Amino acid sequence: MIQLKDVSYVYSPKTPFEKTALDHINLTIGDGEFIGVIGHTGSGKSTLIQHLNGLLRPTQGQVLLDGKDIWEEKKNLRQVRFQVGLVFQYPEYQLFEETVEKDIAFGPTNMGLSPDEIKHRVQRAMEMVELPASYLEHSPFDLSGGQKRRVAIAGVIAMEPRVLILDEPTAGLDPRGRDLILQMIAHYRKATGSTVLLVSHSMEDVARYCEKVLVMNQAKVFAFDPVEQVFSRWQELEQMGLDVPQITLLFQHLEQRGYHISSHKIYTVPYGAQKLLEYLNRPGGKGDTDAE
Amino acid sequence: MNHLISLSDVVFEYPREEAAPLRVLNHLDLTVEPREFLAVLGQNGSGKSTLAKLLNAILIPTGGNCTVCGFDTAQEENLYEIRSRVGMVFQNPDNQLVANVVEEDVAFALENMGIEPGEIRRRVDQALKQVEMYEFRMHAPHQLSGGQKQRIAIAGVLAMQPECIVLDEPTAMLDPRGRREVLATVRQLNQTKGTTVVLITHYMDEACQADRVVVMDHGQIAISGTPKEVFSQVNTIRSLGLDLPQVTELCWRLRQAGIPLPEGILTEPECLDAICSLLGGAAK
Repeated sequence: MIQLKDVSYVYSPKTPFEKTALDHINLTIGDGEFIGVIGHTGSGKSTLIQHLNGLLRPTQGQVLLDGKDIWEEKKNLRQVRFQVGLVFQYPEYQLFEETVEKDIAFGPTNMGLSPDEIKHRVQRAMEMVELPASYLEHSPFDLSGGQKRRVAIAGVIAMEPRVLILDEPTAGLDPRGRDLILQMIAHYRKATGSTVLLVSHSMEDVARYCEKVLVMNQAKVFAFDPVEQVFSRWQELEQMGLDVPQITLLFQHLEQRGYHISSHKIYTVPYGAQKLLEYLNRPGGKGDTDAE
Repeated sequence: MNHLISLSDVVFEYPREEAAPLRVLNHLDLTVEPREFLAVLGQNGSGKSTLAKLLNAILIPTGGNCTVCGFDTAQEENLYEIRSRVGMVFQNPDNQLVANVVEEDVAFALENMGIEPGEIRRRVDQALKQVEMYEFRMHAPHQLSGGQKQRIAIAGVLAMQPECIVLDEPTAMLDPRGRREVLATVRQLNQTKGTTVVLITHYMDEACQADRVVVMDHGQIAISGTPKEVFSQVNTIRSLGLDLPQVTELCWRLRQAGIPLPEGILTEPECLDAICSLLGGAAK
């Protein structure tokens, strides 16, 4: 469990560029949750996730991992970073080793694991990101962009963190590459029971994969609730420069026009199509609406 | 005739050390007309970015011919003419910003082009206002967010007043509002100033705003047409590894189930109207 207690963070304090990036944040992230983190550029979401594994130290307040302040003993920070894995944006730019195997082994090696255990973990991580074992000896720089990114994610997964945080892991990927990465993450979470935080600008992806959504706005938590509840506030989300999935918006607008097609929120196209077909075919005929 | 860009039978191969050259563009033919807004879609590795780099002579075709604004890109003496007419914006703004102050960055190319200071001042201010970053003109680029940096990169290109602007996934790093702003800027340039736009993107909703969409596959053009024409070919689009806009897919699914909805619905408002007229019409 990760708790943030009254956490504030100020960039460049006492300069003309002073900026409060986090403003008295209180938050509890439970074990095993799959959380989408959304917010417009500059809303504080990147600053927030860098607090969760101690890359940034709060200007004020506490970050607790299992009830313990991660900054209490500085030598513990290293352990925190093994437990809370962070995959940055465009992680493929951080690959540096000669071979895929060495690159993925970098984290586990730093953890001081035995050579056997390291090998084992590298293998598991490769399986998790669906790269064939034959790639282990390749230079990571010979791989395609999508494959490089999977190697970079494997490097974090190999540390088997209890909390996996990914900052826009699908940016710049084509639809197929995007789906592959997201399915991979969902699979990791299912297989290990880890907590996952997915920072994304794609409301479609958040709606499809996550259970809860954390919305950051102007350095504060605007909402931290189940997906359904968050996207039902679509007007407020739009005002703060965010989207809701196009399909969700469509059904909200139909609702506004008096067509009560579904009592549940609609996030995916197949479900939306199914609900519309049911509506069209139900007793009372196609036009059973309040609109007429 | 007077195409702004004309690629004819273009082949491009990347040399490799211990293997046969990697062919990325395979006898590609493409023309872009003045004032056109063209979107280029395709999976990673389909050759989109290589195509973009041919358009201002960062790369030269291995075979075939690439002509931009009447200049053959293979002739080295044409480089200056081509690059002052075709501006490029890449995905990652961090690789494109060079100066310590925003307005200096935007002025960078103009200074290199030897434009007189008063004109530079005017163009830089105008470009920054166009991307709505004027108030940040004295900031350092590293203090800006990714989206803001990208708008600075676009301003740097706008300031050159190019005939054509080529954008290689310019919104991949931006939030929804940033994406909308960049797209609105690009569209406005195209519509009011007549700047030709070549937009490479993975976002189907962005491609829907173009005059014409081409889908690349294995170094060739697989489909070309208006957004409506292209996104009506649902099975082909899928087999090329691309998505449909959600409302387009919804209408397609409903049509498959026998519901009479028109083809080529691309936007949420269009879809809303179509479904309402279907539902409302049946009640009478």
